[in-house]
Amino acid sequence: MDNQGDIWEVFIQSKPGLAHKHVGSVHGMGKEMALQNARDMYTRRQEGTCIWVVKHADIIASVPEEDGSFFDPSNDKIYREATYYTMPEGAKNI
Amino acid sequence: MTLVIVFYDLKIVNCELNIKTNNNMSDLEKFLEKIEENIKIEPKDWMPDDYRKHLQRQMSQHAHSEVIGMQPEGNWVLRAPSLRAKVILLAKIQDEAGHGQYLYSAAETLGKSRSTYINELQTRKAKYSSIFNYPTLTWADMGAVGWLVDGAAIVNQVSLQKTSYGPYSRAMVKICKEESFHQRQGYEIISNMAKGTPEQKQMAQDALDRFWWPSIMMFGPHDADSSRSENAMKWKIKNETNDQLRQKFIDKTIQQAEIIGLTIPDKDLRWNDETNHYDFGEIDWDEFWNVVKGNGPCNDDRIEHHIKAHEDGAWVREAAIAYAEKNG
Amino acid sequence: MENKEALINYCLRLGDSSLILGQRMAEWCSNGPILEEDIAMTNISLDLFGQSRMLYSYIAELEGGTNEDEIAFRRNEREFFNTLISERPNGHFGDTIARNFLIDAFSFHYYKQLVKSNNEVISAFAEKSLKEVTYHLRHSSEWMIRLGDGTEESKIKIQNALNKVWKYSDDMFDVNDGDKSLIESGIAVNPEEIKEAWNETITSVLKRAKLTRPEDGYFHKGSRNGVHSEYLGHLLTEMQYLQRAYPDAKW
Repeated sequence: MDNQGDIWEVFIQSKPGLAHKHVGSVHGMGKEMALQNARDMYTRRQEGTCIWVVKHADIIASVPEEDGSFFDPSNDKIYREATYYTMPEGAKNI
Repeated sequence: MTLVIVFYDLKIVNCELNIKTNNNMSDLEKFLEKIEENIKIEPKDWMPDDYRKHLQRQMSQHAHSEVIGMQPEGNWVLRAPSLRAKVILLAKIQDEAGHGQYLYSAAETLGKSRSTYINELQTRKAKYSSIFNYPTLTWADMGAVGWLVDGAAIVNQVSLQKTSYGPYSRAMVKICKEESFHQRQGYEIISNMAKGTPEQKQMAQDALDRFWWPSIMMFGPHDADSSRSENAMKWKIKNETNDQLRQKFIDKTIQQAEIIGLTIPDKDLRWNDETNHYDFGEIDWDEFWNVVKGNGPCNDDRIEHHIKAHEDGAWVREAAIAYAEKNG
Repeated sequence: MENKEALINYCLRLGDSSLILGQRMAEWCSNGPILEEDIAMTNISLDLFGQSRMLYSYIAELEGGTNEDEIAFRRNEREFFNTLISERPNGHFGDTIARNFLIDAFSFHYYKQLVKSNNEVISAFAEKSLKEVTYHLRHSSEWMIRLGDGTEESKIKIQNALNKVWKYSDDMFDVNDGDKSLIESGIAVNPEEIKEAWNETITSVLKRAKLTRPEDGYFHKGSRNGVHSEYLGHLLTEMQYLQRAYPDAKW
């Protein structure tokens, strides 16, 4: 571990019912310190109801070179969108 | 249920790999195209080595400024004249620590660790804003620092929200939002003193006299003398030049001085109907470069203070690391 | 009338202890071992100043013709009633943590009871402060554990720090005659009532930290009657300087 501790990514739920959103990172020596540091760093203005911290090194991410193969194949599947379908005129609540 | 995570700031794991592809024209073209179309560059995207280096330098300098900037204000937190002033000042300094942290965090996405950046600061390889090498001598200086120094910083930071590097831009958005009270805090202090007792008024004017010129130096050298500006503009790291930003700051600050009855210490200051801006006097660039090179009144003290805190804390960090390695 | 005086004095006890410890924690600003910790310590400081302001405003209301700043900045050493332990100098990080740990554990258990006060302002103060000190206690306890169970060096440092500050801990449990009447009328809490809980918290954290509980020996006391260490005068000199130097000025 570096003398500044590990990097932890911080996710905050701003209100009950909402998804946790990435807000940035903190340094922390161990999980409890990371959690406390995230609390002191990112909720000074009542921004949160719940905090997750995830060790940065544990995150698996896609890489930009694969953007094409990863994301483009879904761009012709418009049948996944509700607006793709034609509904009989006059039908309600659908 | 699908969990949507907005997640951007992935650090570069293998920056050498990226640098090797520097000659690949299609990468460079792609990069320039993104810049042209105002699409943000993200940490894992290919970027020219000079772009990365420029950002590492600028962002760490920005982070160091926030952290070193805690000292001149911290100088007065124990002596604040009211409990209200004390908590406001402390909260403001604390925000600055937080902003330093946001910026280090963003700068780390460029493949360099915070401990490396800190080491560069302590060995004086990295700079920080020269303004913090001036001493805060009276309480009125808390007013001048908030009003002028934060005021100048805000002009710069508002502009930087549009910077081309994603993590930097996002840090700036967050910082600008949080800093909105900082300048008001300072202006409130100095305006209260300007309408206070004769002694207070004198302190307020004196603070303005001492902080005016260093504040307008904060924007850096004239565009013609700024070697790095060209690249920064080309890559849209900066979207406005030093002189443009300086002019913006001067134009909006003069009225604020007038309304509280303080005089800006520049006899050449006058409104120019043709340019629709204020003309102002010549900046003492000798002083500027001297302070940049380490000869300001507080350069040594600021760095020594930082090193002392860092060294005093070494055993604490070691203990926490040892514990975490045993217990997670 | 007598009860009002006792009530004011009791609020000074609580408010001064928060103010003085808040000032001590503010001294850490830009001096923390890591940036994140700097922020944590100033957060604690801000909570403590907030607590003292709440009580000073109440005192100003009770007394009339004064305000929180007069109360904080225009009283002399012998008119302060903060606990002795709150004015102990910060020392190194471990000294600060050991001091705060003993205080936080006290405040946590004390405010937990004080919430039941039949004085609405005091009860509201306790409710708000309890949330804050619950976190403070977590912060100081976790550091006790890390320093106690960290490296050889940190273990020695934190054990020595704890041994040194221990003799100031019993002063927190002291009461004066005014307090006794307030306790009887259900406004104040008798600190003796929380001693067992305080002891349990201390013992269980020290166990996790692999540290030894210091022996109870001689305890310094006196703050409940406004008798302090030499440190308080210096702290006040710095804190009160502007208000004293420019008595007519408004800031």
